[in-house]
Amino acid sequence: MAENDIASMGHLMRRAGFGAQYHELEARAAKGYEETVEELLNPQDHPDGMDLDLAERYFIEWNHFIRGVPEYIAFRMINSARQLEEKIVLFWHGILCISDSKLQSYPTEYEELELFRHHGLGSFKDLLLGISKDPAMIYYLDNCLSHKGAINENYGRELLELFSLGVGMDGEFNYSEDDVKECARAFTGWTIANSIPQQPYGRYAAQFVYNPDDHDDGEKTFLGETGNLNGEDVIDIIVKQPATARFISRHLYNFFVADDVEVPSWMDTPPRDPETIKMLEDEYFRSDYNIKSMLRVLFNSDAFKNARFAKVKSPIETIIGTLRLVGDWTEPKPGLEFIFDEMKYMGQEILNPPSVEGWHTGKEWIDGGTLVHRINFTADSVCNTSFPGIQSIIEKLAAQGPTLSPEGLVDGCLKLLGDYEMSEETRRMLVDQNSKGGEVQTDSEEFGAKVGETLRMIVATKEYLYA
Amino acid sequence: MTSSKKDPVLVVLQLSGAYDALNTIIPYNDPHYKDFRTVLKVEPEEVLAIDNNVGFHPSMAPIKNLYDQGKVAVIQGIGYPNPIRSHFRSMDIWHTAAPEKMGMDGWLGRAIGDMDPHKENVLTGVNFGRGLPRALATSGVSVASVGGLDQLGVLTGIEDQNQRTEALDIFARMYSPMIGSGVTNDYLSQTGLDALKGADILATAPAGYTSTVEYGGDQFSQWLKNVAQVHLAGLGSRVLYTGLNPGAFDTHANQTTAFPQLWGQVSNAVENFYQDLKEHDASQEVVILMFTEFGRRVQENGSGTDHGSGSVAFVVGDAVEGGLYGDYPSLELDKLDQGDLQWNNDFRNTYATLLEKWMGLDAKPILRGSYEQFNFIK
Repeated sequence: MAENDIASMGHLMRRAGFGAQYHELEARAAKGYEETVEELLNPQDHPDGMDLDLAERYFIEWNHFIRGVPEYIAFRMINSARQLEEKIVLFWHGILCISDSKLQSYPTEYEELELFRHHGLGSFKDLLLGISKDPAMIYYLDNCLSHKGAINENYGRELLELFSLGVGMDGEFNYSEDDVKECARAFTGWTIANSIPQQPYGRYAAQFVYNPDDHDDGEKTFLGETGNLNGEDVIDIIVKQPATARFISRHLYNFFVADDVEVPSWMDTPPRDPETIKMLEDEYFRSDYNIKSMLRVLFNSDAFKNARFAKVKSPIETIIGTLRLVGDWTEPKPGLEFIFDEMKYMGQEILNPPSVEGWHTGKEWIDGGTLVHRINFTADSVCNTSFPGIQSIIEKLAAQGPTLSPEGLVDGCLKLLGDYEMSEETRRMLVDQNSKGGEVQTDSEEFGAKVGETLRMIVATKEYLYA
Repeated sequence: MTSSKKDPVLVVLQLSGAYDALNTIIPYNDPHYKDFRTVLKVEPEEVLAIDNNVGFHPSMAPIKNLYDQGKVAVIQGIGYPNPIRSHFRSMDIWHTAAPEKMGMDGWLGRAIGDMDPHKENVLTGVNFGRGLPRALATSGVSVASVGGLDQLGVLTGIEDQNQRTEALDIFARMYSPMIGSGVTNDYLSQTGLDALKGADILATAPAGYTSTVEYGGDQFSQWLKNVAQVHLAGLGSRVLYTGLNPGAFDTHANQTTAFPQLWGQVSNAVENFYQDLKEHDASQEVVILMFTEFGRRVQENGSGTDHGSGSVAFVVGDAVEGGLYGDYPSLELDKLDQGDLQWNNDFRNTYATLLEKWMGLDAKPILRGSYEQFNFIK
């Protein structure tokens, strides 16, 4: 097995998942890169490796003070062997947004994540149909307040602006204000049986209903097509637009490959890598809007493989990745609520994006407050030598021989973190810090602590903010 | 960097959880009050009367004391159009000053960007708490956010002080900008160094500080003490932010126990803070804004109150023209908004007043609109 196989596998697992411990990278690299891509793309054919029965009883949704649902989501991200299935949930959650600050009903919100888990790698058309019938979405974007003769444009607009076409492409607008209105008309009557109540009246799951009496049956013209259009027809028209192919491709690129500019600039700012975007657009149409097919092309492309450390990790990637690395929370136990607070402090509270635009990504994850939280959280985690994942790193380093040079210790840690790359300057500083004592005895009592300290400085680097 | 103590300073205290406006400033002579509040009512003789109509809750004696000295503006009936009764969304609205659409950035972040456009001082805005409140989060604006002056900066997990000093030294070198490393890397470097520098400067604040004032041991009081220390150290901070933990005032039940305790704690802390500044001849330099996300239901639910709308906010300081502002919302059944106090003045009127009349800024671009201003700043 070539060294660069591990590096590629570390990269793939950081992007298509939430990272992996070294032994998993070795096992996957032995199986092969393309085989691993196929395994990730076909979660239904592989066990998830979790005791969900226990987890579901453990992280119950009790009320909004004892949350349960975010913890359960985090538990799955940490432990699912079907890593892409969980990662794609996070991908869509950041685009087809709903937010707890309005809904205040975790069970209803969770249903949307289930939709992403089941359809997130399937047809984009099915996904748009799914969210258009999703009670959380209908309530979040007020489609339940949109009636025949008195439309509420909220969903109709965001469906076009933020969920499919985008405002514009190559400097041109993708749709008009009339298209927004016609789109909203087409979705009248798509509502929910129970509106989600504000507390304190309790909460009960809402259901999608189609109310033909409240549906505007008149003729509509949407993106140049005229007829008695219903929501399904509008979605059919949306998915065949080149703008939709562009929009989804750019999102996939921004999430899985490298940070692009923020979405509101996409109308006027061309993609960072137009060739790769073109390749994804072509696959979108070739595969009948199939996300799995697009990702297959993407993960096997050189553009992807060469984009190591071209993205600033999101807070959730940071937290879940750290917990997977140290090997904590492999089974349900009390205390996982803290993870929810960490997400908040670092700026990405699951199920509660700041607006329907989702989270801004890339360098916008980082400010004076979030940076400090991120570094302290990861630093404190990796220097805790009682964690099994850290133990395993210590053992692997000790197995290299009776002594380790300062270079050997730093390079060994970087390798075991999934082949992290540092600038030469940073690596030199890390080595210098370790040089005072000279070589370390790997069977000495302080060896574990020494490894912890080295890991701690590595995760505090600028380079480690990237994935 | 200017470190003049004379620059006006705004201290914002976020009292999360939605304190019960009706029992904070109490319409004690309104017959509807005791009808709605058979359990939670405060007897007229216990109310700290402002006039024949309204008065402070008895737990707020220290604030009442400041009020009697003419230093407290009570903004009655504060709110915003189409009130939302969700803590999170409503707090978002107060933070972004954008009730109509989801706002991405904070009003104080925008104000800080205005005050310090060239980012000359990493401490123009300082938050004490966990995580940066959205009010301070604005793209391109650097704000220091710390858990307290005793736990500053990165790598706080390193207990050995020598070891930590050494680690921070390496950290500073690792985050030094490198030529040609790209926009994102430069930004990360700058943010890392700002955090480090901010922490370094803030760490000096307690050294020169002495005071006869003894703050309470609770987190909120300690944070207010930190705010005083930072201000008195003359570090050029213009916006200092802290608050109670999320949900603190969310008294759906057992309000008679929790509510007086919280207001007692907050009132004492605010009075201590004011006295501390006064002792250092700095009370004229600072104005405090205290707010919560919304009011609570007029009709009590048994032992507590549920989410409502119209609220009350406070502005405190030497520069404040004390008194009642806004109208007290009516308790007549048909004047209530779905059983809640009807708001009558937009919270952005208060923001605009603070920004223009106190901070000397142009409020319009910061609030993205023009709002009527109060006269509560002298």
